[in-house]
Amino acid sequence: MTRIHEDGYEMKAVPHSSELGMRSHTADPAHAIISVAYQDNLVGNPETGVIHGGVVTTVLDNCCGLAAMTHPDLKGMVATLDLRIDYMRPAKPGMTLWTSCECYRLTRSVAFCRGVAYDEDEGDPIATATGAFMITAAKTKFEN
Amino acid sequence: MSAVEAQTRKKKRDAMLGGLSASIPYIRFLDVEFTRMGDELTGRLNYSEKLIGNPMIPALHGGVVSAFLEITAQTQLTWDLIWPKLEAGGEAEAALLRGEFPRTPKTINLTIDYLRSGRPRDAYARAIVQKAGRRVANVRVEAWQDSRDRPIAAAHGNFLMPGEGK
Repeated sequence: MTRIHEDGYEMKAVPHSSELGMRSHTADPAHAIISVAYQDNLVGNPETGVIHGGVVTTVLDNCCGLAAMTHPDLKGMVATLDLRIDYMRPAKPGMTLWTSCECYRLTRSVAFCRGVAYDEDEGDPIATATGAFMITAAKTKFEN
Repeated sequence: MSAVEAQTRKKKRDAMLGGLSASIPYIRFLDVEFTRMGDELTGRLNYSEKLIGNPMIPALHGGVVSAFLEITAQTQLTWDLIWPKLEAGGEAEAALLRGEFPRTPKTINLTIDYLRSGRPRDAYARAIVQKAGRRVANVRVEAWQDSRDRPIAAAHGNFLMPGEGK
């Protein structure tokens, strides 16, 4: 069973995560739970107040990456190779966005992750994500 | 049409394009703008420190790059809906110039390939509509920084088009 810290802690080390107000809610290995409180400046449809899909993608990307980073067998850093997002429904206006992701397989070079975004119920997802992350040597740059 | 009239028309359309992205809070938050050559748009993600995802490299947040690609795809699709109405003129054009835009196409899915890390500077993106169906459109979109032939990310996705009269 996943241990969830209700309040979580602020993700301050990464400027964009901090800007969105992301909070991390579990210290379990190969698993990550991130929340982002509803904010007016993240709205994608001003008529309905629904937040933009780009926000959902960003939090899912971050959450999958964090799940890989917390895998106990990982040696090094991770960089997103690809990410697929399927949108099932709009996020509910005014509600906190939650994502829960796991790193379900780690090989020498690649971490495979998947996860969901939801607001009230994990069983009623806003979106799902599947991603592969390249494992890079610690502190070296992703090939540029 | 005189040269002056053509210039005025171009300015009106450019202002409308600006109004289209400015009407969406999240696009203002990321600071994405569009310039156009006829019906082809180029998105520009204006760099700021808040877009950084990895402060050690430093690199743009992958999610920001994805969002930028998604916004570019959606804006190009919307522009493609608007364009024939602008060309036709009359009431349809007048409504658009008043800022009454069609609903943004909804993303069904999006697959993003990250090709290089995004440097701490402006990025650009252009979308190609592979198939503009009545209900669903399939789009490819690419982002780059210094050099057009060294993309930092590429994505393809399916979008649900707004129904008639919406």
